Amino acid sequence: MKRLLLVFIGLVTLVSTAGAAEPSGQQVYERWCATCHAPGPGHPGTQSLEMKYGGKSPAVLLDRTDLSPQAVAVFVRQGVLLMAPFRKTEISDTELAALSAYVGKNFSAR
Amino acid sequence: MSLPPNVSQTAFDAALKAWRQSVGGEWVFTEAADVALYRDAYSPFYGEPEERVASAAVAPATLEEVQAVVRTANQHRIPLYPISTGRNLAYGGSAPVHSGSVVLDLKRMNRVIEVNERNAYALVEPGVSYFDLYDHIQKAKLDVWIDPPDPGWGSVIGNALDGGGGWTAAPFRDHFGSHCGMEVVLANGEVVRTGMGALPNSKSWQHSRWGFGPWVDGLFRQSNFGVVTKMGFHLMPRPDALMTSTVTSMRDEDIVPMLDVLNRLEAQHLVNGSTQIFGGPNRPGAGSPTWTIQVPIYGPEPVVRAAMDYVKAKFTAIPSLKFTEGELFRTPLSPDALTRVRLVNFGIPNLSTFAMLGRNPGNPDPAGGHIGFSPIVPRTGESILEFRRYYDEHVTKSSVGRELGVVGPVYMTCWERTLVCLIMFPIGRDKARNTKVRALFEKLVRVAADRGWAEYRAPAAFQDLIASTYSYNDSSLTRLRETLKDAVDPNGILSAGRYGVWPKHLRKA
Repeated sequence: MKRLLLVFIGLVTLVSTAGAAEPSGQQVYERWCATCHAPGPGHPGTQSLEMKYGGKSPAVLLDRTDLSPQAVAVFVRQGVLLMAPFRKTEISDTELAALSAYVGKNFSAR
Repeated sequence: MSLPPNVSQTAFDAALKAWRQSVGGEWVFTEAADVALYRDAYSPFYGEPEERVASAAVAPATLEEVQAVVRTANQHRIPLYPISTGRNLAYGGSAPVHSGSVVLDLKRMNRVIEVNERNAYALVEPGVSYFDLYDHIQKAKLDVWIDPPDPGWGSVIGNALDGGGGWTAAPFRDHFGSHCGMEVVLANGEVVRTGMGALPNSKSWQHSRWGFGPWVDGLFRQSNFGVVTKMGFHLMPRPDALMTSTVTSMRDEDIVPMLDVLNRLEAQHLVNGSTQIFGGPNRPGAGSPTWTIQVPIYGPEPVVRAAMDYVKAKFTAIPSLKFTEGELFRTPLSPDALTRVRLVNFGIPNLSTFAMLGRNPGNPDPAGGHIGFSPIVPRTGESILEFRRYYDEHVTKSSVGRELGVVGPVYMTCWERTLVCLIMFPIGRDKARNTKVRALFEKLVRVAADRGWAEYRAPAAFQDLIASTYSYNDSSLTRLRETLKDAVDPNGILSAGRYGVWPKHLRKA
């Protein structure tokens, strides 16, 4: 997201559509989640979780080991605080399954 | 599965069957869990009987599918509520104004049809977000900027149609004002293209917005006269630099000459960035300036520096003002600069605004969402001082105002010559608290109207009230809109009630 504009190559671009093939969990995460939950300042989700957990649990989603794929799916479909739920036209059930597996990849039941 | 109002089970079943044939079964949502995703997470009536909720949702992917869905709705007289990305949070989200409507979800219409670098414009569909358009431009390495609003996940079309604004240079940050040409599906399914787009094989649809004869584009802003399926936007060629200087004063009364100077500079397009005004009840402790104005100028570096010299001379002609020259940022931004600027000022969409509104050190236990009270007042210092007295009386010095954690006023200048005094109300799941928010919000609307101020945009719950304040000459403007509504949508199927315009069969006597 932080690359800025480079000077001309094509003057006109025509039709692009989001995702012809099914995106991977990482792609869904980067499209819908990273802008809030990536590490570092300027990410409101990370900031919120830093305050919520006070260091007892990682604030960056991908560093979590206590977040099951099922829990990820619940948050996506139910939302929490400022984060409104995501509709199926935004994140389909197939994409949600991939996303949940990706974000919950470090989950270990204790 | 709930029924839309005044629709029989037989008619609804027939419509659902037709819609499934038109768009595919997976894109017609009737299960309660799926329909619940269309609730407005920031509704001031969340969980109460008055909450506006959908009965179902249907999501076409093409113009032809939109036409088919609308024709079916018109045939069976089923109320539809079009949304684009559904992220109009604080102003209704993805929920309908008329409860029980079927949401027409256009998110799947996500094509960036054209970005023309040479003439600096884009043509997009409603499901294209600011992130999408930005990414498209980045991948194609085109030397143009978009103008994102604070949250970048909203629809370029939806934000413009709802009256949104952004943070780069004028005129691009007036999102409806910078559009050029639209494609609209009317309630009978017919397609209209506006401006030069009405010419078959037009070569200038996004070059010239006025066309020939009466210009109708404004009828589709904050309205319910059609479903916009394409829209063109003028883009800003990347400016070489942005420089933002600061003008401060310790004296309260200086806001009057400060704004007089600023307004003249802006009207001459010498100051072309979105100025920000800080002060009034939010001012920090003793020793800090009472008023601070940020003055941004975009353009080639020599022009920016020369213009800033002129701007400095105009402000410092008033002895009590202090002018501090800001850093000049050249574009493209360096990696270091990227970490030090407000990204939306450089056309880069992001969601960092939620850091201010969400859980943060100053707000450790947030309610959840928020709604905005957004009155337009004259861009004068006297008006700001009067607004501050109004805010103090009804919010700062009000026990309810303090209890609710109201934030404001934020003085917004997205539109040239215009001042919006935004007040933010936290909204959560506490019904008693939300009841107090609604009462204070409604009181502020009424008192503001008595002073000659009215909102430019509002959540669905308050649209009727605010529309009723635009009552000049026995509400002749409302009656004109109703006449138009009855003509273009005689069955009243599109976005009933949006911005206070109701179809005949739902109109109160």
